[in-house]
Amino acid sequence: MSAHPASIARFPKSARRVATYRDENRRPWTFWVLAALFTTYVLALYGPMICIYVLSFQDVRGGLVFPMKGLSLHWFVDLFTQVRTGDVKGGFERSILLAILVTVLTVVGSFMAGLAFRNRFKGDGVVFYLMIGSLVAPGLVLGIGVGLLFQYLGLQASWYTSALGAHLSWTLPFGVLVMFAVMSRFDRAWEEAARDLGATRWQIIRMVVVPILAPGIVAVALFGFTLSYDEFSRTLQTSGPLNTLPLEIWSMTLNVTSPSLYALGTVTTLASFLIIGVCLGAIALMQKRRSNQLGRQQ
Amino acid sequence: MIASADISRAKGPRWNIASWLYISPLVLVLIPFFVVPILVVLVASFLEHDGFGGMIPHFTLVNYASIFTAALTWKLYLSTIKFAVLTWGLTLVIGFWIAYFLVFHVRNQLLAIGLFLLCTVPFWTSNIIRMISWIPLLGKNGLINSALVSTGAIDQPLEFLLFSDFAVVVAYTHQLTIFMIVPIFNAMSRIDKRTLEAARDAGASRFEIMRHIVVPLSRNGIALGSIFVLSIVMGDFFVVKVMSGGGSASVVSALFEDIGVLQYPPAAAASVVLLLVVVIMIALILRTVDVRKEIAR
Repeated sequence: MSAHPASIARFPKSARRVATYRDENRRPWTFWVLAALFTTYVLALYGPMICIYVLSFQDVRGGLVFPMKGLSLHWFVDLFTQVRTGDVKGGFERSILLAILVTVLTVVGSFMAGLAFRNRFKGDGVVFYLMIGSLVAPGLVLGIGVGLLFQYLGLQASWYTSALGAHLSWTLPFGVLVMFAVMSRFDRAWEEAARDLGATRWQIIRMVVVPILAPGIVAVALFGFTLSYDEFSRTLQTSGPLNTLPLEIWSMTLNVTSPSLYALGTVTTLASFLIIGVCLGAIALMQKRRSNQLGRQQ
Repeated sequence: MIASADISRAKGPRWNIASWLYISPLVLVLIPFFVVPILVVLVASFLEHDGFGGMIPHFTLVNYASIFTAALTWKLYLSTIKFAVLTWGLTLVIGFWIAYFLVFHVRNQLLAIGLFLLCTVPFWTSNIIRMISWIPLLGKNGLINSALVSTGAIDQPLEFLLFSDFAVVVAYTHQLTIFMIVPIFNAMSRIDKRTLEAARDAGASRFEIMRHIVVPLSRNGIALGSIFVLSIVMGDFFVVKVMSGGGSASVVSALFEDIGVLQYPPAAAASVVLLLVVVIMIALILRTVDVRKEIAR
């Protein structure tokens, strides 16, 4: 920091600081440094992705790097017609279905577990550490275990049984941790008030706890969806004969060296934005309807 | 295991049927899809294999012996831990300052939440796609090299940018910084800003406020973010495989090769060792901060 003039140096240290910090409207130099860091981070976050979206719209001469050659939808058509790209459409559908299943189960499971963990009960530590273990276990290791287990039991591995379980063993602990953070801000006096007014346990959950925790529950849902939609290493050994989308993308990165790969990136990004947009829209609609109802009652 | 020791004490909590009902979905997933599979891997690691994907039910320690005697093992762990530490350091520094900026410097709360969401949006697209997106930038004829060559800063394209350890660390940082930002942001937004003002009025310097207030109160966020980042990097093989162009390997990518040739028992033994290493790392973090107590206050 800058050197102080000798005249100020006579004052006690604390008095000097008060004088420099009191001017609240002036941004300190750290603000500008951190603002620059933030801008750089956001540019580095989005820049490369925007590059591939742009490059996916090249024409048939296009390559993997700039400069961009022509403008067409060639590589999108290529994505869905060529045999070499595999079963993109099927993988996509399976991944979406699987992610929806995982989301629903994760929301329900982590909400209930979050409620349970608010109180101490016998065995809660064991469950908690199992959960942490499941969260940190390397995905491929778990995948091997589930794959071998199904093989040993003589069951056919498939995306809606073994892969579903493998995904849940990772999204559920994640969801519970998010639930912890959300519930730590929940004031239990509200529940007690509802109980005093004669609400049943189910009514308290449905009419008090869930509405107040709704934003956190949405966060858990979005986490669950993206973690599953994107999960690769836990799926590798557990998906059975039919691939999910990440597995298709993986095989494409090994075989395909054309902008088809980028076209796939653009399509999957659009799809996830669409799904998330629909979810958020539905929630906004629900809240609007609820506030309208409240308005009419008053 | 500190928490479970607390519980077993005589005055501790009792068996609570309602709590167990609430927790049952979690347990019903964890037992068949975490506990049992890990036990299966543990058993498989002690079996012999016939080289054709079959396992012979005969107890042996050969799989472990070959792991600990191979020089390759140490090299793999060294390289994986190098990536883990580099990524952890970078994501921690970037994530901490970005969270700090959003919580303490952006005064408009709506703007802060908007900027925070801006950081989380890319998380909604595929990791693999995000990783591949570095190719047009870092490649031999990519944007960075063309820019440097055309401005005359360098004569030859830089080779180390893509298919190198550098590219691996870049891709990891790109993917995982968000795992640091979210928990640290969450922890920091609970710090009462009046505490900082009080410290300032009492004459604390910026550095002292950082060291004695902000860092200690964000500790649980930092710990949680570190758990996410370290366990993901230790368990990954995709980024290493693609971004290093096959030049580097990680523990898991070697494991993946074993499975590719259906060598399940050696792969299982390597898995058990890796799992132990990761669990020890996480346990060390959990020793410094009781995540559950801190979060579920």
